[in-house]
Amino acid sequence: MPAPLVEVRSISKTFTRKAKAAGGSVTHKALDAVSFSMTTPERIALIGPSGSGKSTLLRSISGLHTIDRGEGMVTVLGSTVQANGRLSSDVRAIRSRMGMIAQQFNLVGRLTLFTNVALGFLGKISGLRSLMGLWTSQEKQTVMRALNHVGVAAMAGQRANTLSGGQQQRGAIARAIVQGAEIVLADEPVASLDPVTARKVMKLLVDLNERDKVGVIVTLHQVDYAKTYCNRILALKDGKIVYDGPAAGLSDDILKDIYGAEIEDAYWGEPHA
Amino acid sequence: MASGSDERGMLAPPTAPLTTRLANLLVLLVVVSLFVISFRGAGIPGVHLLVTKAANTGSYLKDFLHPDFGDWQLYIQKMWQTIEIAIWATGLSIVVAIPLSFLSSRNIAPAWIVQPVRGLTALMRAFPDIVLGTAFIVAVGLGPLAGVLALTVSNGGTLAKLFSEAVENIETAPVEGVRATGGSKLHEIVWGVVPQVAALWTSFALYRFESNARSATVLGLIGAGGIGQLLFDNLNGFAYSQVSAIALIIVVAVTLIDILSQQIRKRLV
Repeated sequence: MPAPLVEVRSISKTFTRKAKAAGGSVTHKALDAVSFSMTTPERIALIGPSGSGKSTLLRSISGLHTIDRGEGMVTVLGSTVQANGRLSSDVRAIRSRMGMIAQQFNLVGRLTLFTNVALGFLGKISGLRSLMGLWTSQEKQTVMRALNHVGVAAMAGQRANTLSGGQQQRGAIARAIVQGAEIVLADEPVASLDPVTARKVMKLLVDLNERDKVGVIVTLHQVDYAKTYCNRILALKDGKIVYDGPAAGLSDDILKDIYGAEIEDAYWGEPHA
Repeated sequence: MASGSDERGMLAPPTAPLTTRLANLLVLLVVVSLFVISFRGAGIPGVHLLVTKAANTGSYLKDFLHPDFGDWQLYIQKMWQTIEIAIWATGLSIVVAIPLSFLSSRNIAPAWIVQPVRGLTALMRAFPDIVLGTAFIVAVGLGPLAGVLALTVSNGGTLAKLFSEAVENIETAPVEGVRATGGSKLHEIVWGVVPQVAALWTSFALYRFESNARSATVLGLIGAGGIGQLLFDNLNGFAYSQVSAIALIIVVAVTLIDILSQQIRKRLV
């Protein structure tokens, strides 16, 4: 039996911040013994109100957050990302097989879109070539193909900070393609985009999953987007998974339990596939 | 009455708490006291000498109004040497400042490295250029090299601090973006940090170059080469017409450097 693409086993994450008023520090448990796994390339939507732990879960999977010490463990593509509050020494190699797309695009504004996308090779090349940006002609072609695929090849020579949010987000997806990512983690990728652009970005993620068999885990604020573009939904509330099942099974009663009085806001933005 | 009830319901405009107002008053008192205390120490009572010894100033200015450009080729050559000192001092101080800036940035290096490196850069900035120049004249002898080394040390410290402040104010998202691709710590710095600070760093370096061109002139006074040394020699010989010509060349050169540097900096940031 092949190893799961992603396996999250009983992970918790507590944030501690200094607070004068509380006379010391305040702790907040963002994740509380969360477990789930993805065995085949699915499109999983993480939903839940603000502060429910969606982004923390995603960042824990990529090892950008270290989880609390204990029995918790994150495994991706058969390799351990972190366990017992410690990152694996192989985390760089595992990250090179995961694409990360963020709400604020995570592109370097003063670099061209081409260079930003070519940074997807960093996990695979080393030495001076990776530091000087000496991409081979084959790598350059791969970058242009990826940019062409997401529809922004014409902007390849433009600085990232001169592009619109949608163009930057498509650039981030192109970077994941260049990486040859087997898993894509997208943290609220459409939160800063208008509905038309948001739908285009979501369709690209669907395309990555269906065409290239890439597993996609995406945090979304809008329930409609989650139901339309994802086949499995994980709903979080107060750091715990309160629903894990097919998109079709997410009833209004369950949503009311998750969002409470904010249920109307959760439906903001009606996507049309 | 609608307006009356509105006004009754309105909150009173905010006022600063008494402690804040007292603190502001205290700051004002401290500043005024500092000026009063340092009045004699700074020699301010002697300001009347400007009027009583106006004849000396007049004689000085008379020669000054007739600059002698007889040795203009020498003046230009020495001015160029001063600029060369500034170019090398700026270049070397950038080389010194870049690693020190990363090592003194809290978002890059651990605290046990940051604190000692910050101490070192503070020490580099602590000594006036003249003191460092004198020390390097003892080490390498009279001439421009002493000036280059003195300015490298003091500017290395200053640029390290300015560069490090720029590094500490970067956006973290692009750096995380590089990390998420599987990039190493060095990749994060080269691709995530440097592109964000490069323009500001260049602006700071150009500003320091302007400053170095002026400082290199002053260092010439203690024998560290360049036009400053020529200026000092002519001042000692009471050759005010030559001093006037040299001063004009310095003013023109430094102004041109300032304008050029400002234009480049405007385009960068």
